[in-house]
Amino acid sequence: MTDPASEDRKDTMVESAAGQAQTPADAKRGPAVATRERRQGAANPSGETPYLVVEDLTVKFPTADGLVSAVNGLSYSVPLGRTLAIVGESGSGKSVSSMAVMGLHDPKRTKITGSIRLGGDEIVGLPENELMKVRGDAVAMVFQDPQSSLHPLYTVGNQIVEAYRVHHQVSKDVAKKRALEMLDLVGIPNPQRRFSQYPHEFSGGMRQRAMIAMGLVNDPKLVIADEPTTALDVTVQAQILDLLNNLQKEFGSAIVLITHDLGVVAEMADDVLVMYAGRCVEYGTAEDVLARPRMPYTWGLLESIPTVSAANERLRPIKGLPPSLLNLPTGCSFNPRCPYKDRVKGERCTTDLPELLPVDGAGAHTSRCHLHDKASIYEAEVAPRLG
Amino acid sequence: MSQTVRPIDEPASQNEPLLQVRDLKMHFPIKEAAGLGRTKKVVQAVDGVSFGLKAGESLGLVGESGCGKSTTGRMITRLLTPTAGQILFKGTDIAQLKERDLRPFRRELQIVFQDPYSSLNPRQTVSNIISTPLRVHNLVKKGKELDRVQELLERVGLNPEHHNRYPNEFSGGQRQRIGIARALAVEPEVIIADEPVSALDVSIQAQVMNLLEDLRRDLGIAFVFIAHDLGVVRHFCDQVAVMYLGKIVEQGPREQIYGAPQHPYTQALLSAAPDLGTIRGVPPKERIRLVGDVPSPIDPPSGCRFRTRCWKAEDICATHEPPLEPKPQSTPGHAAACHFAEPKIDLTAASA
Repeated sequence: MTDPASEDRKDTMVESAAGQAQTPADAKRGPAVATRERRQGAANPSGETPYLVVEDLTVKFPTADGLVSAVNGLSYSVPLGRTLAIVGESGSGKSVSSMAVMGLHDPKRTKITGSIRLGGDEIVGLPENELMKVRGDAVAMVFQDPQSSLHPLYTVGNQIVEAYRVHHQVSKDVAKKRALEMLDLVGIPNPQRRFSQYPHEFSGGMRQRAMIAMGLVNDPKLVIADEPTTALDVTVQAQILDLLNNLQKEFGSAIVLITHDLGVVAEMADDVLVMYAGRCVEYGTAEDVLARPRMPYTWGLLESIPTVSAANERLRPIKGLPPSLLNLPTGCSFNPRCPYKDRVKGERCTTDLPELLPVDGAGAHTSRCHLHDKASIYEAEVAPRLG
Repeated sequence: MSQTVRPIDEPASQNEPLLQVRDLKMHFPIKEAAGLGRTKKVVQAVDGVSFGLKAGESLGLVGESGCGKSTTGRMITRLLTPTAGQILFKGTDIAQLKERDLRPFRRELQIVFQDPYSSLNPRQTVSNIISTPLRVHNLVKKGKELDRVQELLERVGLNPEHHNRYPNEFSGGQRQRIGIARALAVEPEVIIADEPVSALDVSIQAQVMNLLEDLRRDLGIAFVFIAHDLGVVRHFCDQVAVMYLGKIVEQGPREQIYGAPQHPYTQALLSAAPDLGTIRGVPPKERIRLVGDVPSPIDPPSGCRFRTRCWKAEDICATHEPPLEPKPQSTPGHAAACHFAEPKIDLTAASA
């Protein structure tokens, strides 16, 4: 109504089109150049050349109740040496999207479209034997629960040796030396003795260190850490986060950190991507997203955390529940829970899916919301409540 | 309000706490493979915990896994029988009562569990789950059960029409509400909330926290709030006790524990919590990084149990166990168990 572009927004996949918009000049230069243009389209907030580029990723699972779109049109990128945190509630698609990057979805039960490129090489659609070469070598994953992701019947040392020998043609002795080096590097005391112990002989924090040692044994360029500290105590969590930070400095790898803890995000992340109901709703540098958020869902997350100044006041939770992925609301997925939707003229929030647009008209900080005066609403109403 | 935590020997006044726990111990015996029972080893899960709780108040028990906070909660509700010590509820020691004599007290002391998935019977309807305690304690006449169940569902913010549903039809936050309704059914005076929100998403956490606040304000229920999330405890609790390896290392009013913690462990715990403030331009707080893991409760360190990870530890820490006592700089009601306790102010200034 006020915005002439609003007509276009009825297309639910606009954000992908925006990334790939080809000028006539592009078409003339041929496909190779077009690819490079596209990569720039998905440039990350830092502006550096990304190592991991995810573009218009959609992951769908057929279920008895219909096709579930767990991830819908997700695009992001991570350069080497930077950490991207993906934040969201359970079911928002943050783990599913990262599993796609690892190629961990069963191709028979999953429909993946879009593009995932590692250093320029496409992963989507690769056959299993090709994926095996990537997995654990260029990309490593650290899982949430170190108890269930280590094999209980093999010694920790053996598991690390195996991870190394899958990708390196070396003797067991050489691999053992490498494993001991890694155990030492992640701060496990007495690696010689620990090498031949079983996972149950390790404490939770030590197990997570062993997992990290195993993940990093092949010098991966990209580490996906899926809630790496959620199962750990605060003091141990602090140790593990320090460890990840130091290792990143040393090896210069890219990290994708999946978490629901905004405190962890603030400590670890360079960039932040907020997911809701399978879509990216806000994306930018950590400072942008946490200190100048421009999406009511992000505001709600920040307001849900108890603060010092408001110790005796009521918390302001986001009302309602996340929607079922089988039955997403029309328009903006967040609209049934959004306290600000009345401020958007007409019914746009319930009819049009907002595009992921730059918050200040340009720049790398994007959000998906129809509100016009997001900045002033945040500064006037939300920020004071955050203390 | 701040007088709840006091030395246990102090004579009872008219201000007698509702619940008084004295030198509570829980030692679990363990079988040894080779020893044939000759050397009896025990896990000292809780080893001498004392605190008091007044009506309508809320006490937070914080600490890392294995510190004995949940075991303490289970002893108070007598899901476990303590090895030693007293649990005085309105002056009656329920620590060693037999099941039959215990029943009236079960009504007064209820528990809400952490995991809303495993703490509800999946094969019973919500109505059944909530009305069982009503029947056990003969609280409603036959035929009136459903009315009471629906009243309770409404009280915890669920649709009363959903009484016939099964737990799997509810989300995590809704299930936790069912668990709370079950605890409320018998109109308890004390609810032990054992990590009631740690399994929930952030936005849902805040909803359940607000519900607990309402119950405390409207029904005057006292809470023992067990949690590892320091932010949640600060929000909810007037009194806080910090536990480490089966003992309380520091205890006092919220403002004191968070504003001027004296025990090195409390200081480390507070400084380890990830912090949202730095990103908003608040200067980063000083970091204390503990090394190593919590020692085994089977064979805890001599003297002060924290000394193996403490940067202040000296010889005396290994030989003399520091008592939990008020320190020279303490304000009333604030006690710490450390030979070298001193307040540290700047640890939480920025945290969220």
